[in-house]
Amino acid sequence: MLRFIPLILKNSFRNRGRSILTVLSMGASLCLLGILFSLYQALFLGEPSQAQALRLITRHRVSLTNFLPASYEAKIRAVQGVKEVTSWTWFGGVYKDNRDPNNFFARFAVEPDRYLAVRPDVKLDDGVRQAFLKERTAAITTKKLADKLHWKVGDRITLIGDIFPVTMEFKLAGLYDDPEGMDAFLFNREYLSEALPVGSKFRDVAGTYYILGDSVDSMPKITRTVDEMFDNAPQPTKTESEKQFQLAFASFLGNLKLFLAAICAAVTFTILLVSGNTMAMSVRERIREVGILKTLGFTSGEVLGIILGEASIISLVGGVCGLLLATFLIAGLKRAPMQFANLSQMSISPTIWALCMGVALFIGLFSAFVPAQGASRTSILDALRSSG
Amino acid sequence: MAIPLSYNFRNLMVRKTTTLMTALGVALTVAVLLAVLALISGLETAFAETGNPLQILVLRKGATSELSSGMSRQNFQDIKFKPGIAKNDAGEPMASLEMVTVINLQSVDSINGINVTLRGLLPIGLTMRNEMKLASGRWFEAGKREVTVGKGVAKRFPDAQVGKQLKFGKGMWTVVGVFDAGASATNSEILGDLNQISSDFDRAEGLSSVLVRAVDRPSATAIINSMADDPRLALDGQSEVDYYKAQTSSGAPIKFLGIFIAIVMAIGSSFAAMNTMYAAVSRRAKEIGTLRVLGFSQGSILLSFFIESVVLSLLGGVIGCLLALPLNGITTGIGSFVTFSEISFPFMVTPQVMMYGMLFAAFMGAAGGLLPARSAAKKEILTALREV
Repeated sequence: MLRFIPLILKNSFRNRGRSILTVLSMGASLCLLGILFSLYQALFLGEPSQAQALRLITRHRVSLTNFLPASYEAKIRAVQGVKEVTSWTWFGGVYKDNRDPNNFFARFAVEPDRYLAVRPDVKLDDGVRQAFLKERTAAITTKKLADKLHWKVGDRITLIGDIFPVTMEFKLAGLYDDPEGMDAFLFNREYLSEALPVGSKFRDVAGTYYILGDSVDSMPKITRTVDEMFDNAPQPTKTESEKQFQLAFASFLGNLKLFLAAICAAVTFTILLVSGNTMAMSVRERIREVGILKTLGFTSGEVLGIILGEASIISLVGGVCGLLLATFLIAGLKRAPMQFANLSQMSISPTIWALCMGVALFIGLFSAFVPAQGASRTSILDALRSSG
Repeated sequence: MAIPLSYNFRNLMVRKTTTLMTALGVALTVAVLLAVLALISGLETAFAETGNPLQILVLRKGATSELSSGMSRQNFQDIKFKPGIAKNDAGEPMASLEMVTVINLQSVDSINGINVTLRGLLPIGLTMRNEMKLASGRWFEAGKREVTVGKGVAKRFPDAQVGKQLKFGKGMWTVVGVFDAGASATNSEILGDLNQISSDFDRAEGLSSVLVRAVDRPSATAIINSMADDPRLALDGQSEVDYYKAQTSSGAPIKFLGIFIAIVMAIGSSFAAMNTMYAAVSRRAKEIGTLRVLGFSQGSILLSFFIESVVLSLLGGVIGCLLALPLNGITTGIGSFVTFSEISFPFMVTPQVMMYGMLFAAFMGAAGGLLPARSAAKKEILTALREV
């Protein structure tokens, strides 16, 4: 069969216009398929990183919007296996003008020393670290977010509270790098407490607790112990892994799994139609040629193989183009700041390459099979007589 | 002179399989776009139909949602007697103090539960929402652990049925009725007695908002201004209509993703349409030559092939509309980052949505048909007639 390869290659690009259009059309579809697969993988299949596997998030069982008492922190820290815990509170508030969605970003009040202990993977310069630990009004953020909002280190940033009845002014102390790709604005929890009026119920609350465990093995036990401890308290908790916590946010966008699956099916079916159509056209036009090949001694099987090979090559070239484009698009997408879902894990992994090329090959073979079989079975006389 | 349209229709009929397959490719693309647009249009309708232009929602200054707002009973007394507030038949001012929180219920989509808005309100608050009608059962009674749920909630949550019990706050609550609020977002809420609910959540003083009805539009503006001018109150009033309109942005991520997918699919489908049209042009070379000999101009040939491509895509558009039509009326849910709970609403395949679909199809046809039509028009008469 290998000796037919030059023939197949020649055939593939004989009608150059059509082949290019088919490749482009398949490329667009496979690019989309690649992006959707990688989105699905990043959201639902991504393995937690080593550091991430050691972290848990505890929130109010009823909803993320309910606060937990500050007293829980010490109780959680006492649980066996817990190495460190920090309060991690969504501040909300308004930056400049909240009618512009660009002014919306995640803002969290944390305990700087403990937060950095729970997130040892967060990278920041020593100077920035010291400022964040020592200066009350210091805040840190990621480069992506700072670029988007045109902040420079040293800028004063004002947030008007909505959940918390207080207006706060921060000094941007520096930038940090989060390998999990979550872009947020972090500041000192103490500063918030002091800014609140004495006796305010918001002084002694936390939105969530961020927990670092000592080993992967003790994680299930910590989860159980913490939740059982507060089971009958007025504020029951729900503890889940960082990954599950992020997923809960993604599921907020609606039934994403179903949405993605339905779209992938529609895309695949569309390419099948497109490719089938093209192959049928090109086989029909060349039926006379098939007659000549057969006259020269090619068997029906060989003719079938040649046509199928041609379809596969066009599909695979389309697939490669599509996935290269997808890689390029994803790189652009990742440059945008991300708040909730961790899209920085999105990439065209080898698995996705294999999967998409598999889909491309399947489509090529499947779509060409019916016309190819028809052509290979046509008798020499009929084929030669055909006017195309 | 133009070539009669029947020429194009008959040509499409002769190549039944090719026509149908290309049209189906366009149809799927249109169906995907329609599904997304129907989702967005359902969401927009839900918010657009909520609220009365004469009603003002009062929140704490700086708060962007009822959930992040805070309101004391004293605030309520201050607001209630402002001039310009309408009175009901009994002579009471039409002002309702309300408490809003989020509870977690098991739904058909997610066993981990989905957040739903729970609203505690005064009896007068029910009469201020004209669009709400009882669909079954009765309204909750003051002083009892009873709730009435919106029809959207009843559809999406198996436990939210008349006679069943829901567990939240400090215990069980009986569902005594289901209300229908037309297409409005209130359908996604659970309503109960203000005092019962606020005491269950230990928030007898920490309520959320006040809804007041103005006598007429000028007094509505006056009430809003008087609140903005009174720093002592630290409250902000806004038209109820504007408040809900702003929440439409919840659908933005799905809208972005959906439109991106539809556009990439459209690029693929345009190339496919181009392929089909090029094949049509090359097969009909002799015909084109004949038409030219008969005296049809280059322009009319260009137009004829262009129209044929658009007709082909419009056929796809019609099939796409038919494919998307069964979605109409299916209830789905999207999480809102304003209320931190789910809004349920039906897909709405409106005539407007379908019109967009058809326009999109026509555009694909036009993009795919232009180049082949040009190459048809450019053919030399003699070479065209000589072609096989």
